[in-house]
Amino acid sequence: MSRVAVLKGGRSLERQVSLRSGARVQDALERLGHDVVGIDAGTDLIRRLREEAPDAAFVALHGRDGEDGTVQELLEILGLPYTGSGVLGCARATDKALAKHLMVEAGIPTPEFFAFTQTAFRELGAADALGAIEERLDFPIVVKPSSQGSALGIKFAGTAADVPAALVAAFSYDARVVLERHVAGRDLAVSVLAGPSGLEALPVVEAVPRSENFYDFEARYEIGRTDFVCPAELPAAVEERARELALAVHQLLGLHAFSRVDLMLDAAGELYVLEANPIPGLTDTSLLPQAAEAAGIGFDELVGRILELGFARAAPVAGP
Amino acid sequence: MRDLMAVTARPEVISLAGGLPDTSTFPKETFAAVSARIAEESCAKALQYGPTEGLEETKDCIAEVMAAEGMRADREDMIVTTGGQQVIDLVTKTLIDPGDVIVAEGPTYPGAVPVFHAYQADVVQVDMDAEGMRVDLLEETLERLDTEGRSPKFIYTVPTFQNPAGVTMSLPRRKRLVEVAAERELLVLEDNPYGLLRYEGDALPPLYSLDGGVFVMYLGTFSKILSPGIRLGWVVAPPPVLEKINLGKQEVDLCTSTLSQLMVQAYFEGFDWRDYVRSLTDIYRTRRDAMLDALAESFPSQAEWTRPGGGLFVWATLPEFIDTTDLLALALRDNVAFVPGTAAYLDGRGHNSMRLNFSGAGEDDIREGIRRIGEVIKEQVALYGTLTGEMPVVQPEEPVVPEGEGGRVVAMPRRPTRDRRAGGA
Repeated sequence: MSRVAVLKGGRSLERQVSLRSGARVQDALERLGHDVVGIDAGTDLIRRLREEAPDAAFVALHGRDGEDGTVQELLEILGLPYTGSGVLGCARATDKALAKHLMVEAGIPTPEFFAFTQTAFRELGAADALGAIEERLDFPIVVKPSSQGSALGIKFAGTAADVPAALVAAFSYDARVVLERHVAGRDLAVSVLAGPSGLEALPVVEAVPRSENFYDFEARYEIGRTDFVCPAELPAAVEERARELALAVHQLLGLHAFSRVDLMLDAAGELYVLEANPIPGLTDTSLLPQAAEAAGIGFDELVGRILELGFARAAPVAGP
Repeated sequence: MRDLMAVTARPEVISLAGGLPDTSTFPKETFAAVSARIAEESCAKALQYGPTEGLEETKDCIAEVMAAEGMRADREDMIVTTGGQQVIDLVTKTLIDPGDVIVAEGPTYPGAVPVFHAYQADVVQVDMDAEGMRVDLLEETLERLDTEGRSPKFIYTVPTFQNPAGVTMSLPRRKRLVEVAAERELLVLEDNPYGLLRYEGDALPPLYSLDGGVFVMYLGTFSKILSPGIRLGWVVAPPPVLEKINLGKQEVDLCTSTLSQLMVQAYFEGFDWRDYVRSLTDIYRTRRDAMLDALAESFPSQAEWTRPGGGLFVWATLPEFIDTTDLLALALRDNVAFVPGTAAYLDGRGHNSMRLNFSGAGEDDIREGIRRIGEVIKEQVALYGTLTGEMPVVQPEEPVVPEGEGGRVVAMPRRPTRDRRAGGA
């Protein structure tokens, strides 16, 4: 069996979830018979990796640095096989603005949007364009940091007067923000996983918030405040379409091995892709493990497969 | 927000978020002497279970501490607890069924929030100003609850150097609160961890001494005058309530650590505990001054903050358009942390406020931390100005309070009239 370093924690705002994902992955890898070492990704990451000399890195990091291609770039430099998507796929998926531009170009439905950097406001007078944007998008709109993975910094603007404060909030997390038409409806997530017969879209999970406050984004993925239904009760055609879209987005962004694609289903039955997560949560309440379970793939098998896929991708590029 | 708080624990972060007392100056020799005496004289007892209500020796120490604030309490009305936090839990457990009403200050002690949540209390938070809880608003609230056929099971208050607001309830309001409680036969839980940490002015009588322990239950702790690590607090309450608290405590942990209790006893017998409180008071006064100076220097003119005469906390309020949870993300980028104001409310208010602690960091760290927070606030104020094409208007200030009770005054966020009750579910 192999010696595997599980990278977890880190400095991102999703540190806590990552520590839980990492701990669970470590347990699974040990059960699978691997020699496992957990590394909290900090300033000594490279030194630790050199000391521990693992055969591969299992990246259980979420959010900034861990999911946006930064850590992946370092692992490439070290020549160490690692799990999940590569540098480019991570970079494309975690930049929501870029990912949405690519979706629009590829004809994948995503809510209408505009993206801005702080520089545009500070140096190019973009504030003067806000009025036009507000007309084009129709209220309510959602304002979110382009790269933040969790619900932090996502604000709902019911009227034009709410927009400046929502922008201030979103800019707390990222230099770029996305203003997006709000799609009211059902909150769906489709996980994608590579298998023996190619890429597969797993059963759809629906997040049903218990909170009456529909716009309480923080409640959305919090246990006890949201119920998760898997497989989601959907008309067969909608389910089929959701899975198709998830696979299309996974491939469009160049993601590898696994991902989770979040969608909205509106009252008219139209699906819209919100974003793709290159390293979705792997905790005991996370959506990818739930979807895998519904497809008959247990957690250990899931983790084992993700590790194999990491080795498989590394193999052909192993140099002379 | 919990995700953000997880990041504040990183060593490179200057944390003004915690409520940590300074334990670095407690004399090592004293600790050694106390430990040696227990080993010598009461080793077997220290290692044994004790009575649920606590050791008589501990109660003597408690009586001494309460006497220092002008209170007299009978030993049989006390239970020694595992920290003051356990009192909040036990009182809530004893008195609250799901949906029952608790009246608390707005903002209230952030550590009480999860307790009230856990027992599914319906918490109604009454606004404060520089003189503490607005007792006139409390009376209005009680009237309104009356018309709904409801009555609070108890009123929770930190009247002196309140956590998080740093304000102190004035004497007229204390008297009126005690009267209201008696008229309506309402229990009050007076949480008083900071009363002896006074940096200026004269002490005010605790509610407990004004009421004589009829309707006021008293929560005390050794955490801020000796050590939070020994986990020793106490409650004084009327017999019927105390009996239930005793049963509740048996179920939770049988008894409070005997070792900790004997340490307090040995310490009180061998040393003057007031000396250490005096030395802490000197340290905290200097740190408070450092924080207030730094705030005046580094925070923009749109910010307001309280000027506590004691305790551990300053409460700052920023312009409406700033959400301090998001601001914390920005502050953490610059390795500094505070507690966002929403942690002190059960009804979603407090989004533009923050709690700043001055007891747990040295003066240089306090100054640097406040400077960094000031920078990120200014960043957001400037950005908002750019987005709206205008600079935000400063809120009109409240009247200045008398010397000793704080200088610049901050009005706590007002409750919107349409939704006056906090959700407890």
